[in-house]
Amino acid sequence: MRLEPIANPTVARSTLLPTAAIATTVVIASLLAMVAGANPFLVLGEIIKGAAGSKFALLETLNRATPLIFTGLAVAVAFRAKLWNIGAEAQLYAGALVTVVLGTGALGLPSWMLLPTLAVLAMLAGAVVLLIPALLKVRFGVDEVVTTLLFNFIFLLFISMLLEGPLKDPMGMGWPKSARLIPEARLPRIFDGLRLHWGFGLALIAACVVWVIERRTTLGYEMRAVGLNREAAQFAGIPVNAVLIKTALLSGGLAALAGFSEASGLKGNLTLDLSPGFGYTGIIVAMLALLNPLAVVAAALFVAGIFVGADSMSRAVGVPTYLADIMLATALLLMVLAIMLTRFRIVRE
Amino acid sequence: MDLIDILLSASFWTAAIRIASPLIFATLGELICERAGVLNLGIEGIMVAGAFAGWMGAYSGLGLWGGVCVAMAVGMMFGLIHSLLTVPFGLSQHVVGLGVTLLATSMTYYAYRLALPEVTSPPKIDAFQPFEIPLLSDIPLIGPALFSQTPLTYLAFTLVGVVWVVLYRTPLGLALRAAGENPAAVAAQGLSVTGIRMGAVIIGSGLMAVGGAFLTMSAFDSFFFEMVNGRGWICIALVVFGAWKPGKALLGAILFAAFDALQIRIQQSPLGADIPYQVFLMMPYFLSILALIVMSRRAEVPAALMVPFNKGER
Repeated sequence: MRLEPIANPTVARSTLLPTAAIATTVVIASLLAMVAGANPFLVLGEIIKGAAGSKFALLETLNRATPLIFTGLAVAVAFRAKLWNIGAEAQLYAGALVTVVLGTGALGLPSWMLLPTLAVLAMLAGAVVLLIPALLKVRFGVDEVVTTLLFNFIFLLFISMLLEGPLKDPMGMGWPKSARLIPEARLPRIFDGLRLHWGFGLALIAACVVWVIERRTTLGYEMRAVGLNREAAQFAGIPVNAVLIKTALLSGGLAALAGFSEASGLKGNLTLDLSPGFGYTGIIVAMLALLNPLAVVAAALFVAGIFVGADSMSRAVGVPTYLADIMLATALLLMVLAIMLTRFRIVRE
Repeated sequence: MDLIDILLSASFWTAAIRIASPLIFATLGELICERAGVLNLGIEGIMVAGAFAGWMGAYSGLGLWGGVCVAMAVGMMFGLIHSLLTVPFGLSQHVVGLGVTLLATSMTYYAYRLALPEVTSPPKIDAFQPFEIPLLSDIPLIGPALFSQTPLTYLAFTLVGVVWVVLYRTPLGLALRAAGENPAAVAAQGLSVTGIRMGAVIIGSGLMAVGGAFLTMSAFDSFFFEMVNGRGWICIALVVFGAWKPGKALLGAILFAAFDALQIRIQQSPLGADIPYQVFLMMPYFLSILALIVMSRRAEVPAALMVPFNKGER
């Protein structure tokens, strides 16, 4: 067999294939639920109910989507330029680290000055963390996939070291956690009485800003050109290495905002379980969104919904929550396949 | 000085070879994939799946070697998924690899929860025991280090030779290397690039899973979450460090493992008392990055690595 490009894919082809990918994912999840001895309709129903069945569930989904929008944007921006940033997890923690180091009393500013300062410095820290692998890539040709992955492990150990050392909360009863942020360093809630913080608003703004950068600026044009064909971009006079570095700074900064938003908006301190893999999940979000910054918001809501829904389903029906991770991995693999098949047809020889 | 004592002690080298063994399996597996032109980032998840499958196989009464076979089969199944998506369909090897890692890891954890609901500590199996090779194990230093290991370690070392012979001394190996260097030439010979690449990824993934199984069946005797802990990614660095050659990759794995064994010993010595333990745990990852930087100057990357091959496309 071989693949033959389709000049003009029909509307039916480009809607039916992705739909089939999602449908197959649901079928596989149902089969796995049956393996666990549960009624698949009940399991799927509980997931939907747990994700969006009540005001509380919906707010929980929005809260969970917030860091995923940031890490999804970070990955989308980087992957667009074919810079394989798998290190959003480390960059997220870099952002959270700066937030708690400066937000627990070190900077005595009023809230309206402190919050933007923390956000900007967090972004800087995340940018620096990704700058190292990016420099290694452009300077020595070291593959950034492996370096960013390894940096995740190094950075988490570094955080663990700080939380058991200088950053350890003396009032923390011996737990490795930081002191709590001062009230001025906390992102306020959007609505009084509802557990949704302004991190979500910031994430929506970030998605729009990234969209504008990608579609309406020279840098965005250059990023896409570098991603499409590095040699051609070089030949066309685009400073490829400089573009990759700028992309890395933007991507690292976005991932760090996830850490800032989680620490300042949701948790109020830093622990080693601040992120249950938001950096890695950002890859799924970005891919499901086809790297489109605005679609990242929708994809993050979908992914967050599955996670939140699976948590509540697991409590109700007893099927392990890992079903959510399997669904997302399956959706990711089938979706990239479906998207490819909208543009190519299989020809038998 | 303590350091000399450590480096001259047999127990140190025994530990180093033991630590190297799972890395050897998985590094060989990744090397086979990459030599055929496919980067397999599924390695981390496939090792997790192999660790669980082998241990579960032995626990359910299939015997230790039965367990190793189960691990291998599970690894090959994930290899089939990976290769189907990346080779004939030519999808991004980065995305598919990470997807396979996520799929294999989450399916393993799901299966673990289903197989052992509500256990506080996972059951233990009668793991592989060291087997002293007569005469050879009596040689000072080398004897205990190389010839008093478990059978799986001997298998790992044997496989390095087997992979070398197959790669460099058989037509199959020539075809496999050519598929990673110049797939069009392979196709011109009337051979199937798709078949060779898929076969390489499936076999390679099987080896990665056996590397994972070493952890639960030889190094330890039980399965824990997070037990692979980045070893897969380290193996990808080891393939680069070994310049895509089995012998050099073996050397890299042993060097890396010796360093790992050394940091554990320094950590336990008075010297390590004042340094946070996390610093020691970071060292292997730093070492891998350093190795990548040093080796990047001599690029011997297979020319068609990560380049999908679509017959008839010019």
